[in-house]
Amino acid sequence: MILSLSKDTIQVLKEQDVVFLKNRVKETAVKIKMGLVNQTRLLTAASELVRNMMRYANGGVCLIEVVSSGRNNGVRLTFSDRGPGIPDIAAAMRDGFSTGKSLGLGLPGTKRLVNEFDIKSKVGEGTVITIIKWANG
Amino acid sequence: MDKIPILRMGAFLLVTIQVDLYDRLALNLEADLVQMVNNTNAKGVLIDISAVSIVDSFMGRIIGNIASMSKILDAETVVVGMQPAVAITLIELGLPLKGVHTALDMEKGMNLLKSMIEVTEEDEDQEQDDDLIAE
Amino acid sequence: MSLKTHQLLQKKKKIILELWMKNQLADEGLREDLISNEELRMQSEELIDALIGNLSGANFTNLDSEEWNPVIEILGGIAITRARQGFSPRETGNFVFSLKEAILEVLQGEIPNDAKALYAESTKINRLMDNLSVVTFETFIKGREEVILRQTDEITEISTPVIRVWDGILALPIIGTLDSARTQIVMENLLQEIVETGSSIAILDISGVPAVDSLVAQHLIKTVSATRLMGAECIISGIRPEIAQTVVHLGIDLSNIITKATLASALAYSFRAMRLEVRKINSLQKN
Repeated sequence: MILSLSKDTIQVLKEQDVVFLKNRVKETAVKIKMGLVNQTRLLTAASELVRNMMRYANGGVCLIEVVSSGRNNGVRLTFSDRGPGIPDIAAAMRDGFSTGKSLGLGLPGTKRLVNEFDIKSKVGEGTVITIIKWANG
Repeated sequence: MDKIPILRMGAFLLVTIQVDLYDRLALNLEADLVQMVNNTNAKGVLIDISAVSIVDSFMGRIIGNIASMSKILDAETVVVGMQPAVAITLIELGLPLKGVHTALDMEKGMNLLKSMIEVTEEDEDQEQDDDLIAE
Repeated sequence: MSLKTHQLLQKKKKIILELWMKNQLADEGLREDLISNEELRMQSEELIDALIGNLSGANFTNLDSEEWNPVIEILGGIAITRARQGFSPRETGNFVFSLKEAILEVLQGEIPNDAKALYAESTKINRLMDNLSVVTFETFIKGREEVILRQTDEITEISTPVIRVWDGILALPIIGTLDSARTQIVMENLLQEIVETGSSIAILDISGVPAVDSLVAQHLIKTVSATRLMGAECIISGIRPEIAQTVVHLGIDLSNIITKATLASALAYSFRAMRLEVRKINSLQKN
């Protein structure tokens, strides 16, 4: 059972928005006393996802939430865009797969950095990616 | 336009990244640095990232690119001062930065560069000696 | 509870206390090593005062009502301290049960001729005291859980000491099973220590690790790679023959990692890498 304790929505359309978003994510992580290494994992994951959103969908929206599972608090980030969508999610989640000119580490790497990773995508409609990083874990 | 300053010190170029890199800044740095290596005929590039709190796959790729490009121009690249949290994250992300030399701090990085360049120079001396003997 | 009984108990408070103390002191499980008789008496008196003061209330059996808060607070406090002091559950339980007996004994003496009234009042007292026992146990277990959590923290702390064996060389002996959570702590401590001491070599000694499977090996490889990214070298030592066997049988590739059989040979390797020499000095030589 995961409860959402606070919500914050940020529009990401320009490069400056990315910096703003990262700062907000960091503030949120610090607020729930997340350790430095986990903060870095979360911020790196956010950085990967927001770049994807900018590159493939020209921006989108990120929802920052503080969530609680009773014992543990965490940060949940939901990235939604109205981009082209991902035709083959299984392939996109494989190391080394990329349609753009990248290393293809974005999605699988991000998954390794966070505790929970969920991706939903429809071709022509957009993509929603949700990640959770717990303060301890 | 923001730029990251590149300092020249003898045969080495020094770069200290004091801000979290955003993509364009990183791309500019890559271009500037390679240009500078070529112009100054530098033998080594030292990049201090001790103040950088996040390196994602894009930044990791830029660092790798700088190392590979400099190598082609006959310069070694050493990345110094990576934070523990950044190192752990990069490994988990799947980016071990193969081909990039690393050192704990500027001083150790400088020594590493010197030793690498000495080795190559010694080799060249050796070859010259051999040539003399052959004659 | 009828007013009469309440007044009666109020009046007999002293006697109940004496009886209760007698019960407690006569108990074989009395822990004079953990709590002095005076302290026990103080605790008991405090509880009786709060309890009997409350008996007149309308919410007699409803422990959730506010008027019971002081009693539960006192009882909870006692249970938690006892859990921390190392009392057994039985000893803690007897503390409340012996009070029940004392109260029932007094009631019996005071209402000798009215069996019906005695039965009615006893049932109420029983129900109340049982509820209080449950509260005591809950708090006691919570106290014990806190102790366990604290100990778990302490174990993770002490089980990963980073030792500075030489200027520039760190050693980290790992004892016990390596799981993901533990590797995380080990890795973070080691890397942090490398930064703080400016050490260029770290030795990870796994003599105390009972088994290495592919997951543990992955964790080790991760630690070594992260150390390298920071600009230091990580050596793995203390690999027992049976571990070498399993590693090869599982097809784990450790060829990119410097491995040594013992901590001593890892140290010797580190000295060579740092261009240090250890020699025996000639005993005849004078300074």
